[in-house]
Amino acid sequence: MEINDIVLANSKAKGKRPYFFDDAAVERVLNITMAVAGELAVVHERLDTIERLLEAKGTLSRADIEAYRPDPKSEEERQRWHAAYIARILRIVQQEMEAIRDENPENNRTMDEVADELEQI
Amino acid sequence: MNQAPINVPPAWHRIGKHEVAPEASHDEIARFNFLSNLNKYLATMVSPGNRIAFDKRVRPRFRREKGRDFENRREVREAMLRDPHFQTWSALRRAAMEMRQQAGRSLVLRQAKQLAEKAERLNAGKDTLQLNPNLTIPPYIAKVDNHLMPGSYHTELFEGDVSAAANYDMGLFVTTGGALGRFNDGGGKAIAQWLLSHHPEFKPKHILDIGCGLGHNVLPIAQAYPDAEVIAIDVGAPMLRYGHARAQAMGITNVKFIQMDGQYTGFPDESFDWIQTTMFLHETSGKSIYGIMKEIYRMLKPSGLTMHIEQPQYTPEMDLYEQFIRDWDAFYNNEPFWSKMHDIDTLELMTQAGFKAENFFQIGVRAVNDNEDHTKPRAPEPEDHGRAAVWNVFGAWKK
Ligand SMILES: C[S@@+](CC[C@H](N)C(=O)[O-])C[C@H]1O[C@@H](n2cnc3c(N)ncnc32)[C@H](O)[C@@H]1O
Repeated sequence: MEINDIVLANSKAKGKRPYFFDDAAVERVLNITMAVAGELAVVHERLDTIERLLEAKGTLSRADIEAYRPDPKSEEERQRWHAAYIARILRIVQQEMEAIRDENPENNRTMDEVADELEQI
Repeated sequence: MNQAPINVPPAWHRIGKHEVAPEASHDEIARFNFLSNLNKYLATMVSPGNRIAFDKRVRPRFRREKGRDFENRREVREAMLRDPHFQTWSALRRAAMEMRQQAGRSLVLRQAKQLAEKAERLNAGKDTLQLNPNLTIPPYIAKVDNHLMPGSYHTELFEGDVSAAANYDMGLFVTTGGALGRFNDGGGKAIAQWLLSHHPEFKPKHILDIGCGLGHNVLPIAQAYPDAEVIAIDVGAPMLRYGHARAQAMGITNVKFIQMDGQYTGFPDESFDWIQTTMFLHETSGKSIYGIMKEIYRMLKPSGLTMHIEQPQYTPEMDLYEQFIRDWDAFYNNEPFWSKMHDIDTLELMTQAGFKAENFFQIGVRAVNDNEDHTKPRAPEPEDHGRAAVWNVFGAWKK
């Protein structure tokens, strides 16, 4: 069992995506921006934890941080982090691609259309 | 602008832990914290602007142009879709729902295999979990990814997969801002408490929960009636595998999880004293909802009870704006039967199934929430329409 968790985490749900702004481009950018905002909050929370722990337990020198070079294993982990990070931020682009790629028109209907069908079954 | 102090949602690490729950890293928890706060902000600070836009410009403009008022909520929706504030709120709310799925799935899928193994360890050899791989998934589940959950409740990425359920379990706390309690079981607790206090003489021995999902709300029922044999059914194998393992891990063993369609169970007539559904009927369909209710009537014993927890029904007295805003999830959060379901005359639904009108009742219940700090006063806040932990319960006694 091997799954691509990075791509699958971003999967598009069935149904045609509603766009509320007149220009879909604006909404695409809004989604990317909100994802970045979220990730900034994540980093902020992590730094906050570190600062509080450092304060409570002792200190770490800035020189240590500047001199740090990852070993190969850490390097791989850090590069994968970047891959997942970018996929998360660009989720909407992936989902729009999935919508175009999905040949089954059933999965790209509006909920109005699905509602009409569900009423009958 | 809403000037009331913000009631911050509980941080995600407060979620009730159990043995099958996924591991969450510091960043994954922080991502959930961001999303709970985003949801809260949208509900309390941005959503009230929709009502203002409606009163100040959308409705006056409609009246000016048409020389009459709105006649139904569809007209309200069409007019609101052109309003910039509604567009912004909707676009952000949609993004928040998609991000919540992304955050839950990225957490769960990276450890999907370990989760399946954890569940299997608790499930192996137990006759209280019965799966049926040949079950036909009803079209209203197979065709719709409800609340934007890719793959819905039944999709398995590999044999033994529980990721759909684990994602649901971890993310509900984020969408509701913890309003359903640490184990997301505030609805089940509320209904059990109501029944124990209002009908102490009622001692159900056989209880059925239809559309149990991962069992969030059936476990408090099983705990409230420890001598009862409880059967929880669902069509989604991942939900049942995870739900059964979770119940075992929590030490609740009087619940059997069976993969079945609630409309066609095969249980003999008059098998149960109490048949419950919780936040289930709005994810069915126009004909099946009547079929399920007939099946419930058939399976209930004489003097048996059935109850259904849902968001409030739309009634002709309900303000059109309120109907419209409660309907948002139907169209923009993939809940396509939501709108029709909330229009159904529930009394008629029950009487068509065989219940007598005089035995029909409706009550309101509020989630029992162990996240709330009752020592701290909370600022009043606007309702998060469609998500609020306050429900309408309708039901009937079979007499
Ligand atoms: C919104 S979830 C509610 C879960 C649970 N009752 C709770 O309160 O957390 C709806 C569940 O109903 C299940 N379901 C849908 N149609 C069904 C049917 N015909 N028979 C049994 N289960 C069904 C879905 O698989 C899903 O797990």
